[in-house]
Amino acid sequence: MKELFSILILAVLIENFVLSKFLGICPFLGVSQKTSTALGMSGAVIFVNTLASLVTYLVNDLLLKPNNLEYLQTIAFILVIAALVQFVEIVLKKLVPPLYKALGIYLPLITTNCAVLGSALINVDPSRNYSLLQAVFFGFSAALGFSLALILFSGIRERLETSDIPEFFKGMPIALIAASLVSVAFVGFAGLVI
Amino acid sequence: MAGKPRALSVLTNGFLKENPTLRLLLGMCPSLAVTTLAVNGIGMGAAATVVLIGSNVVISLIRKIVPDKVRIPVFITVIAGFVTIVKMLMEAYFPDLNKQLGIFIPLIVVNCIILARAEMFASKNGPLLSALDGLGMGIGFTCALFIIGSVREILGSGTWMGLNLTADYFDPATIMILPPGGFMVMGTLIALVNRLSRKKKAEAAKEAEGCPVGCHGCEKAS
Repeated sequence: MKELFSILILAVLIENFVLSKFLGICPFLGVSQKTSTALGMSGAVIFVNTLASLVTYLVNDLLLKPNNLEYLQTIAFILVIAALVQFVEIVLKKLVPPLYKALGIYLPLITTNCAVLGSALINVDPSRNYSLLQAVFFGFSAALGFSLALILFSGIRERLETSDIPEFFKGMPIALIAASLVSVAFVGFAGLVI
Repeated sequence: MAGKPRALSVLTNGFLKENPTLRLLLGMCPSLAVTTLAVNGIGMGAAATVVLIGSNVVISLIRKIVPDKVRIPVFITVIAGFVTIVKMLMEAYFPDLNKQLGIFIPLIVVNCIILARAEMFASKNGPLLSALDGLGMGIGFTCALFIIGSVREILGSGTWMGLNLTADYFDPATIMILPPGGFMVMGTLIALVNRLSRKKKAEAAKEAEGCPVGCHGCEKAS
């Protein structure tokens, strides 16, 4: 239990995927204009990332490792993730239409979200030595950290819309500067010892 | 079919006009993550360039065989294949650089630049032009990473490409090599590129249609 808690703190605050590891910057900048879209994307990422961590860990442990095929990790994982996203889309559409509607357009975007492939690769990193439960929990926590950053940031961006910004800083540049300030706050967590 | 001027413009397209990082805003993750040192920028850029050229050529060769519906998974598999090759080469020949870039080498697979070029260019053009496009885009990406890396390294560590520049005279601003510095340098650079290119664009727009609202109210300006 203590271990899981430390994974949670590590993934959400200390090694926040977006703000200190630079994973998943594209959706972070792309869908953060409104808090409502940020919430939709967060839900989709948490769901898929947890599931993807489970599946990729099993693929690595049961298929690649026994056959000494670890060098195929990148190819295997990206295919598994792409297939998983498709599968989740079909299942949700059939079984939970309201959830599918809410996550709808964000699901396909997740295939190219490097946070998902990133956490799959971190999970099987030999130096981490995660068990299956820890790996799944890490995937969940990392996505939670991504969501925290995304939702915080979308609140700031909604305010940026109405503020007076120098002409050529409008749009992406000012968003990046704002992200820089948010990430300053997260640098403070780097001192936490767990 | 490919005349000389066309080939040249395909090559130089990626340098500035459609610079993947600074103009199209693609591939932001590696641009921010690995640019704490100028050398890392070059290493990452070179790795991505090799993948870009390879995947562009292969995708352009198979573009007529692959059915439209499954093209994205096929493209991703081709890209992942090249990334694996590059990763193994780097592990063998540049182990230090490989350690520095870490997880971002396998993550080239999901770098939007590569899939975007496959989809936008290589799936519509011949292998030679596609190779040139990959090379041009790769060079543009490398240059952008090198510039960001240089700024961050000079300000953040007082060194450049391993040379000691200002580290003896004042304490470098460590924040520049921490994550916030990455966002800050990137934002400022994009603003600078906007500023430089907007002047040209505004002049061109004025000449073209005598915009009645003025450039401030003009939607094209953004």
